[in-house]
Amino acid sequence: MNSSQLFGITTLSYLLSSIFYAALLIFKSKKAGRLGLWAAIFGVVLQTIALGLRWYESYQIGIGHAPLTNMYESLVFFAWCTTLFYIFIELRYKASVIGAFVMPFSVAAMAYASFASRVNQEISPLVPALQSNWLLAHVITCFIGYGAFAVAGGLGIMYLIKARSTSTDPDSMAASLPELRVLDDLTHKTIIFGFMWLSAGIITGAVWANEAWGTYWSWDPKETWSIITWFIYALTLHARFTRGWSGKRIAWLAILGFASVFFTYFGVNFLLAGLHSYGSS
Amino acid sequence: MTTKKKNPVWAFFASVKLALFLLFILAATSIIGTVIEQNKPFSQYVREYGQSTAELFQKLHFTDMYNSWWFLSLLGLFAINLIVCSLERIPNVIRVIKKDNLRIDPDRIAKMGIRKTVHLSCSLDEAVTSVRKFLEKKGWKTSMRVKKDSVLLFAQKGAWTRFGVYIVHLSILVILFGAVIGSPTFAKKILHKPKFAFKGSIMIPESRATDYIYSLSERGKKIDLGFAVRCNLFTIEYYSNGMPKTYLSKVSVLENGKPVVLKNGSTEWNLEVNKPLTYRGITFYQASYQPYPDFLSILRKKGTEGQETKIISGGQQIKTPFANISFGIINQKVRGEAVQQLKIWFGGDGAQPSVFWIGNGQKAIIKRPSGEYELIVKQLYATGLQVTKDPGVWFVYIGCGMMLLGLYVAFFLSHRKIYALIRADKDAGTTVLFAGSAHKNKLGFEKIFSRLVKEFEDKQQK
Repeated sequence: MNSSQLFGITTLSYLLSSIFYAALLIFKSKKAGRLGLWAAIFGVVLQTIALGLRWYESYQIGIGHAPLTNMYESLVFFAWCTTLFYIFIELRYKASVIGAFVMPFSVAAMAYASFASRVNQEISPLVPALQSNWLLAHVITCFIGYGAFAVAGGLGIMYLIKARSTSTDPDSMAASLPELRVLDDLTHKTIIFGFMWLSAGIITGAVWANEAWGTYWSWDPKETWSIITWFIYALTLHARFTRGWSGKRIAWLAILGFASVFFTYFGVNFLLAGLHSYGSS
Repeated sequence: MTTKKKNPVWAFFASVKLALFLLFILAATSIIGTVIEQNKPFSQYVREYGQSTAELFQKLHFTDMYNSWWFLSLLGLFAINLIVCSLERIPNVIRVIKKDNLRIDPDRIAKMGIRKTVHLSCSLDEAVTSVRKFLEKKGWKTSMRVKKDSVLLFAQKGAWTRFGVYIVHLSILVILFGAVIGSPTFAKKILHKPKFAFKGSIMIPESRATDYIYSLSERGKKIDLGFAVRCNLFTIEYYSNGMPKTYLSKVSVLENGKPVVLKNGSTEWNLEVNKPLTYRGITFYQASYQPYPDFLSILRKKGTEGQETKIISGGQQIKTPFANISFGIINQKVRGEAVQQLKIWFGGDGAQPSVFWIGNGQKAIIKRPSGEYELIVKQLYATGLQVTKDPGVWFVYIGCGMMLLGLYVAFFLSHRKIYALIRADKDAGTTVLFAGSAHKNKLGFEKIFSRLVKEFEDKQQK
């Protein structure tokens, strides 16, 4: 058994998990919700093993680096962070239906990593610029942030669906969503958590850039988009803390924020030129 | 304060609406420079967008927007807004922190969200002492006031955490300050000391030294270093798949022509990507390289001191100081720009000359009647170094540290208060009303509070 097979099974369990959560949302089957959670946990455990195995394999072929260095590995890590963060939220806040809005992000990331022809799955050695201890710190902090923002985006979508539904029918889909108050609070907490890690990610990136190139900030498109994302979330937090924004407006900002995260992560690599060229392979 | 509030300029900058607006504008305008490539020659913009659009871009400074007057002004407004907003609110925070919490009306304590009543069988004085001792033991430093028919104890933790958000605001100012201090433009135009902060680059061929670099902001302008840097050797290592593994420059710093001992205790530093060398506040980074058609030769005779280092060309006959010995490169195998193998002619001391192939940069040992020689011939490279002097970088780093600390304090720590209102009952015994509040994470505090009161009860029952 090698790491790519394990990643394959992980993708399947995330897919199953998403389907179970969707069943929970639509048919309100508690059992489906529990199966969804178990599938997610099974997947994340397997994925942890697979990540370790890929790390080990890289040593076997004499390259030897953490599996966090190209688009494929970053997608896999993104799915891992998102799922792990989601499981934490579910266990802590007992709101399992959120899975129907978050697990699809993990499935999408894994499936895209595995099937997109532009994503190279090979373990490749590190070019000199990437040979730094800051690599781990930078990638991990950024992706914990991205994972949290994916969850916040999912929560924002849930909020809007719930808020739009006027039906009082207890069997409607919206009825199985958590209360608006709970969704609003969770969105806010998740954004706070993500904002800390995004800040740390930008800072570790700046320190690393200064070590490698002698410039901590060069307005490269990736850097610029990360600061744009940071501005959006800073705006969201200030709107809430000082102007008392909540509800729909925060939900929209959570979605806009995640769109910006998404563009920072993908759009920049595929549409714009710059230093973070790992995305092109 | 009230006079300040009347000042319309102050009021304008004290507004949070302005902060939200600026955050939005900064985010939105920053997009421009990621879509339009920055700092390209004008002809490229004309090719991509047409003459009139390219001219418009230049007029609006879209081609170097992050250094344009309007973007820097936005950042300036943002900084002023940050300062004024913080100054406007900090007095309130100080007032909250300095507030005399013991003045509180007992009825309000009875209405607090987090509270618990405990009955004790002892007298009022004994109850006050035991509550006080218990709280102090748990790290809650109490103050006390005797009220009409009761005694109020008060303790608080983390009042300072209300400053968390201002630590973050200050950190942004510290970072911006560091960025200004380290900016070559600031050093040149405001301080009129271009050597205070600069960015530049230089190509140094192997065996050569330089005491100047070229400025990046003003093309072709030399900046004197005040000392010299020599590239002793440059090598590239490759992975088996052909990807570059290491770019290594062995460099020395020369003061008055003599190599100095560097931080690593040696006179030679292995300069690699991610392993810069800092000397006298100037940092050198491995950035690029350039292969030449010439060669570097290093010749040594066994049993003698020193070595002969020379830059030579292919086909040239090189005389050496050793007993009529001369040598030369008579053939080479090249892949791309990189020389792989060299054919060397080595002789001149009467005996049959030695002719052999050797790998680029590899050591050949040649036994001649006149002695044993060690010869290394390698293709000549120049190493490309990025050179930076940024006295502001430590402010930036300190600001970054403050920001993370401030965010942690602002989001995860809270100002917690505990009140204990102690009253004598009509019959023997006393009632202690514990109440508490936290300005953030109330759920977490509620748990701590319940645990604390539970422990107190358990202790009393013993």
